This record gives sequence, structure tokens and C-alpha cells, in this order.
Amino acid sequence: MNWLIPYFVIVPLAGAFVVALIPRRRGWLADILANVCSVALLVAALVVCVRRLHGVCFVGGWAPPVGISMVLDGLAALMLLTIAVITLVSSIYAVQYMEQFTWKAKFYSLFLLMVAGMNGVVLAGDFFNLFVFLEIASISSYALVGYGCRHEELEATFKYLTLGNLGALFVLLGVAFIYGVSGTLNMADFSVRSAGTLNTAGLVALALLMIGFGLKAALVPMHAWLPDAHPAAPTPISAMLSGVFIKATGVYALLRVTNNVFPPMHVTQEVLLALGGASMVIGVFMAIGQWDLKRLLAYHSISQIGYVILGVALGTPLGILGGLFHLVNHAAFKSLLFLGAGAIEYRTGTRQLREMGGLRERMPVTAATTLIASLAISGVPPFNGFFSKLLIIWAAVEAGRHGYAVVAVIVSVMTIASFMKVQKYAFFGPLNPRWRDVREVPGLMRLALVFLALLCLLMSALVLPSVRAVILVPAVDALRAGTAYAGYLHGE
Amino acid sequence: MPYALCLVLFVIGLYAVATKRNLIKIVIGFIIMENAVNLLLIMLGYRLGGRAPILWQSTAGDAAEFARVAVDPLPQALVLTSIVISLGVTALMVAICLRVYERYGTFDISEIRRLRG
Amino acid sequence: MSDATIKRPAVRGADQPGLSIIVRTVTRWVKSFIFLFGIYIVCFGHLTPGGGFSGGVILSCTFILLMLAFGRERALRQLPVPRAAMLDSVGALGFLAVATIGLFASGVFFVNWLAVPAAGVLQRLCVLLGVQPFHLLSAGTLPLYNLWIALKVATSLFLVFTLLAMLRVNYRGEKE
Repeated sequence: MNWLIPYFVIVPLAGAFVVALIPRRRGWLADILANVCSVALLVAALVVCVRRLHGVCFVGGWAPPVGISMVLDGLAALMLLTIAVITLVSSIYAVQYMEQFTWKAKFYSLFLLMVAGMNGVVLAGDFFNLFVFLEIASISSYALVGYGCRHEELEATFKYLTLGNLGALFVLLGVAFIYGVSGTLNMADFSVRSAGTLNTAGLVALALLMIGFGLKAALVPMHAWLPDAHPAAPTPISAMLSGVFIKATGVYALLRVTNNVFPPMHVTQEVLLALGGASMVIGVFMAIGQWDLKRLLAYHSISQIGYVILGVALGTPLGILGGLFHLVNHAAFKSLLFLGAGAIEYRTGTRQLREMGGLRERMPVTAATTLIASLAISGVPPFNGFFSKLLIIWAAVEAGRHGYAVVAVIVSVMTIASFMKVQKYAFFGPLNPRWRDVREVPGLMRLALVFLALLCLLMSALVLPSVRAVILVPAVDALRAGTAYAGYLHGE
Repeated sequence: MPYALCLVLFVIGLYAVATKRNLIKIVIGFIIMENAVNLLLIMLGYRLGGRAPILWQSTAGDAAEFARVAVDPLPQALVLTSIVISLGVTALMVAICLRVYERYGTFDISEIRRLRG
Repeated sequence: MSDATIKRPAVRGADQPGLSIIVRTVTRWVKSFIFLFGIYIVCFGHLTPGGGFSGGVILSCTFILLMLAFGRERALRQLPVPRAAMLDSVGALGFLAVATIGLFASGVFFVNWLAVPAAGVLQRLCVLLGVQPFHLLSAGTLPLYNLWIALKVATSLFLVFTLLAMLRVNYRGEKE
């Protein structure tokens, strides 16, 4: 146990620096090394989830509140599994996609650094380590978004850098307030010390942290960077950003802070419900008018994260279950959508829907997998999106929030409409004569697409009680335990 | 009172980031914000009439006296880390500013703003 | 005598890149001391203020001063970019190695595996080397961390400065 928790941070970190040593000519060595690291992470994450290995690791042997601790509970295990799966799929896809860029080793180095940062955020047991790993992941992602250095990427990178750094500074200011209020940085210790009521400074700290993490999670009104950053990044990075980055650094941290560290309060619940609802609506309305495929997908990310926040902010067990289920589902189908859009761009060179047409005949695997992902995100049975959206809407009705339930249904209908448009223009319809000679994407990219499509189908099984108990229920329990998180102060 | 001044400095930096049009001024706004937060962190550890939290051989014996007089060393460690992080981000921002200047010949943000919607 | 017959001695290096001859001469004398001072800050980091990061910054200042005074090519001859990148990764890997050896030695990540125990081989070795508190050889693995961090920071800052200085654009927008 003492070695398993740091393992998730050591392996990608060491991998990143070893890969950075690989010279430009031997790009294939970087491919192998990065994928070996991803597989190693996935195996460890599966073991942790299935055998329910939860616990604490006191770094350096120093016990908290003096020392730094890394906590692995149900929610962390779920996030680690999600990160590991999407990392593996993206790195498989990147083997052939990144051939068009120079010096693959540097790409993989930054990629593994980002994964190390995300794993660290998820495992952090005290605020400052959370901030440090958040910054490691963020800085790597800023560099990765601007990897190609085309003109739109420069502006997107600068905007992303600016707003991302702003979010991180708000988080740091919140951490400073937390230290000033309580004299401790350990999350479990803080939840013990503020067990009564919070004074003004504590509430200000909570507000600052929520703004900072909300900016990282692209909650409306702090979403302005996402529609520019996600399309401009190379496709595997878009998939990682939309699939796990906004969740690990934004949603996870938000959930941890509002449920486990600060006692669950009515006002935070209302604020998160409102922000979630606004995200859902604004995301889908902005998405419908888009003709750039990746920009459309980015706006849908905003909308679906709104669903997740809505589900979890409801506070009921069913709501939290639905929210977390939608979180993992979104990782699967949104990554698949981005990888499919990248496949189209790889072969045809365009992202504009108006320029595509009838690609179903020439790129059958891409068309089929993107169709599966579109059905999943629209909430069509038997794919995973249907079950998670149903759970959220049901939970909203059960909690008496009929307005939010109606909004969720309307947004779902508009999502279906938006993706029908994508399918019609990109894949169905007459074949645009420009694409008459387009071939399907190479083997490894196809493997990644098919794997995620299978996941979209198989993850519906997460609704069954036996499967649910292994993966989702520990996470739900971790959130519902609230300030019992303080038990991690003393180990196990 | 000094804490409020740190927050004023933070807001000044925020104003620079939000309203200035020159990319370099935006970077400077970020530097001001980061320095404000670091200053706040350091001041949280201050104790009136305190000493630096370094244990010399001559004063090693009396741990209680040391704990009574020394300033809190934890925020100092936090600020060191934070300075390194902000160094990395500032370097990245300046590199992007240079690339933008290479491409467009200007630092004016409204000239390079083309993404809409 | 007219000017044409007076041979004026050419000022050595008048047309080289970098700064003036005063800066170049002083740099030539002083750069070793700056480097030594940086190493001092790193090595005594567990006793006095300083440590890995500050010492690394001073170490990189040596090379940056070289770059400013003599131009980029001279500094790059001392430390070429690929070698700096390699040392950068080696520094990070060394740091991780020291932290992970703690994992293998005592089962806890990042633990101080060189802390002097009560008895045993390590204790006798420490007595032999003169390991005592407040001396240079003390505080277990802390000096090791300082050394690796200093290597990484020094090379990283040098790389950042070199790559930022590679851009030369004159005011008409033409690249040099």
C-alpha cells in the first residue's frame, strides 16, 4: 500500500524524464515506452478498483498534520481508473497521429508529465500538493495545446494560458486563506478544525477555491477558454483534455472541496446546481450553431460537465451515482468523438462540417464508432449515456427539482439534434467528390477508436448492482461520507 | 491590515490582466498577481519580533525557546515552490508572446484575436 | 605625422557580439567565483538558507552571464543545448531515484534513508565520515536532493534563457 499510491505518480514522472532523453531519430522507442507506462498505470488502477485497496500513504514517514499525505479512497480510485483508460487509448492513437509533428519524444514527455500531474491531483491529501500537481498538469497541457504552432494555436494557447493561470492563482489564494484560517494545509485536518461553523475568511476561501476549480472545469461563466483550446490542440490531447483533464483538475477537486473538506452546505449546493444548469443550457445552445466539428464537441463538453455537476450537487445518493456515472461515461464517449474528429481531420485535412460529406463509404470504422459515440452522448439506449442521464433526471425529480429535470430533458433533446446534424453532414449523404480517394485511418488509430466504442457499449453494465458495487459505489460512498474524510488523518 | 494590501495588489494585477491590450502588460499583470499571493503567504507566517527559523549550533539546545521566537517556516517553503511554478508559467507566457510577435509583428491583443463564437 | 602613419593598436574584440570590453574582462575573472558561490549555496542548503533551487539559479547565472557578455555562441560552446536537455532529464531522474530508493530501503516513499541509525554498518560509516548535526555531512538525504534539484534547475533556466534569446527580430519585422 505504501508503494502503490506513490506508484501512480512515480511511473509517469519517471517515464516522462526517460522519454525526454530519447533522441529525435528513435521516435519508435518513445512510442513503446509511453505505451508501456500507460499499460502499467491501467493495470495498477484496475487492481486498486477491483480489490478495493483504499488507504493513506504518509510521504517520508511523517504523519499528518505535520507531514504530507496521499489519500486513495473510492473517488480517487474511480478517477485513477478513468485517467488510466483514456491515457492508454490516447497514447495508442498518438503513435500514428503524431507522426506529422516533429520530435515525438518531447510530445510523450509532456504527455506523461500531464498524466503524472493529474494522478497527483487525484491522490493529494493536502491542499498545497493539490495545487502543485494541478500546476504540473496545467503547464504541461498549456505546452501541449500549442504543440503545432499554427496561428490559431498561438492565440488559443495564450487564451488558455491566461485563463488557466488565473484559475490556478485563485486556487493558490484560496489555499493561502485556508492556511491563514486554520494553520493547517492537510485536507482531513482542516475538515476537523472547521467542523463547527465557518467564519467569513473560511467562506471566502471556499468561494475562491470554487472559482479556481470551476475555471479549470469550464463551468459557465468561466468557460471561455475551452472552445478555443480544445480544437487547437493535437487530437490525442483534445481527447485527454476533454476526457479527463477538466474532470481530474476541475470537477474532482470541486467535489472533494465541497463535500469532504468543507461540510456540505446548502448554499454551495444551490450555487453548483445553478452553475451546472447554466453550463448545460449555454453549452448546448452554443454548440448547435457551430460548423467546426471540434469546436462543437468542445461546447458539448461544457454541457455534459453541467450534467455531472447537476447530478452531484443534488446531494442524494442517486444523484451522486448518476453524476459520477456520467463523468466516466463522458470520458469514454467524448474522447471517442474527439478521436473520430481527429481521424477525419487526419485524412481529409478539414474540420468544417460543410466541407465533409458521405464519409461513411470511405471511412467505415470511423463512421461506425462516431455513430456509436453520438448515440451514447445523446442518451440512446443501450449505450452508457442513456443510463447515466436517466439516473440524473430521475434523481432530480426525486429531489423535488422538477425545473432542473425539465431543463436536463430539453438539453438532451437538443444534444440529439446537434449530433444528428453532425452525422448528416459528416458521414451520411452523398460523398463529396473531393474525398473520393480518402482511406480509412491506420491500424493503431482504428484500434483506439474500436476499443472506446466497445467501452461505450460495455459501460452500460455499470448500472447493474454487482458491477456498480465494485466501481461506482465506493466513489459515491466517499463523497457521501462528507467530513468523515477526516478519518484519513490517522491512516486507513 | 497588510493582508488587505496584498489583496489590493492582487486586484491591481487582475485589473491589468483584464483590461490591458498589450500582451507584455498582461504578463506583467500576472507577475503582480503571483507576487501578491506569495506576499500574502509569507505574511501569514510572520510573528512580531520573530527570528528566522534556522537552527544554529549555538542555539540548538533550547527547542521551546526556538519554537516561541521563530517565524513559521511552512509558508516559506510554500512560497519557494510557488515562485518556481510562477517562473515556469511566466517563461511559457513570454515564449508565446515572442512567437506571436514573430508571426504578427505586434503585441496588440486585438490584432491577433480572430477566434470568435 | 598624419593619421595614416600612426598605427593604433586594435582593441581586442571590438567587433564581437555581446557587451563592452569592461563587462567581458570582468566576466572572465568573476564567472568561476559565481559558479563556486552557487555550489556553496547548494551544498550548505541544509544548514543555511538556500538549497537546490536558489543554488541552481545562481549556477545558471554563470552561463547566462557568459551569454550576455560574450554572445550566444560562446555560451553554447560551453554548454550546448542537447547536453543541457540531457542533464535536465538526468537531474530529474536522479531526484526520483533518491526518493524511490527510500521506497525500497524502508518501505516509505521519500523517507530519509540516510538518517543515522542507532547501530549497524551505516552508523559506523557515519562515524567514520564525521557525520554530525550542523556539519556539512548531515541531514541524511537532504544534500542529495539539493544536488539533483540544483542540476535540474540550473540546466532548465539556462535552456529557457537560450531558447527565449534565440529570437532576433528587428523593428521592421524581418528576422535576423
